[in-house]
Amino acid sequence: MKKKGFIRINRELCKGCGLCIVACLKGSIRISNKLNIKGYHPAEYTEKEKSKNRKCTGCSLCAITCPDIAIEVFRG
Amino acid sequence: MPKQVFKRPEALKDNVTHYCPGCGHGIIHRLLAEIIDELGIRDKTVGVPPVGCAVLAYNYIDVDMGEAPHGRAVAVATGIKRARPDLIVFTYQGDGDIAAIGTAETIHAANRGERVSVIFVNNGVFGMTGGQMAPTTLLGQTTTTTPGGRIALRDGYPLDLSQMLAVGRGSVYIERTAVTSPKNIIKTKKALKKAFQVPMNDLGFALVEVLSQCPVNWKLSPVEACRRVEEEVVKTYPLGVIKDTTEKG
Repeated sequence: MKKKGFIRINRELCKGCGLCIVACLKGSIRISNKLNIKGYHPAEYTEKEKSKNRKCTGCSLCAITCPDIAIEVFRG
Repeated sequence: MPKQVFKRPEALKDNVTHYCPGCGHGIIHRLLAEIIDELGIRDKTVGVPPVGCAVLAYNYIDVDMGEAPHGRAVAVATGIKRARPDLIVFTYQGDGDIAAIGTAETIHAANRGERVSVIFVNNGVFGMTGGQMAPTTLLGQTTTTTPGGRIALRDGYPLDLSQMLAVGRGSVYIERTAVTSPKNIIKTKKALKKAFQVPMNDLGFALVEVLSQCPVNWKLSPVEACRRVEEEVVKTYPLGVIKDTTEKG
């Protein structure tokens, strides 16, 4: 079975710098259309946490590059 | 049941940082907090933040902090370490702090082999005051005080502080890393951990120079700023271990 994971992005901590989007090898993160409380467009995870055909493997590269530690990574 | 594989380190407070989007300071704060957690030294660590963007580091890293005047962080750290040798003391300085106004005390602290760890964040400009030229600014780089680019005959050459400190015999471990990509960030963490372990083992002075991106003052997007570090800045400041005499001594 392939390894599956998912991430949770805290939209109020995110400043929308976009470094996680470059780091994600599966292209599962994008910039949201909505604003957060500070007025930034935060990053958002495009897949569903429970979906079976999600691409996220829980590699943590996005969380490692995040300067605002807004991303939590889960596996399983 | 999903297992959490990445979370905020415990030594990092829950505050939102005041840094600009894409700034390298947040990454380095997290690495420091993770190392403090891993080594289990949170209750006996004292940090000395600089004057500069990271002056409010005590709002983010949950250890004791003592603020120093501009550039004097290593001198204050020397005093703390000599008064309380059981503590682990680190300083966190920018390039305007350590390489411009604080050059004298830094060189002498390194030469005396003070048992402190120095984290030197090099982004090539005075970030907090609005992007003026720093001693570490690259030749040809446009800043608010060098509108046509830095010219060697008028403004001098970029200062390579890590190489200067490596000449003295008191410094034990000096490495230059970057925080532009996951690979570089993992390397930086390894270097920072070693920089904490060298003074803990009573070997001498340790310094890690971290090439950081400053997207706002370089007038670039965060991703372009990371690319600039990897393509341009590393030509003047090559990455790698500059000095490591831990094995011999």
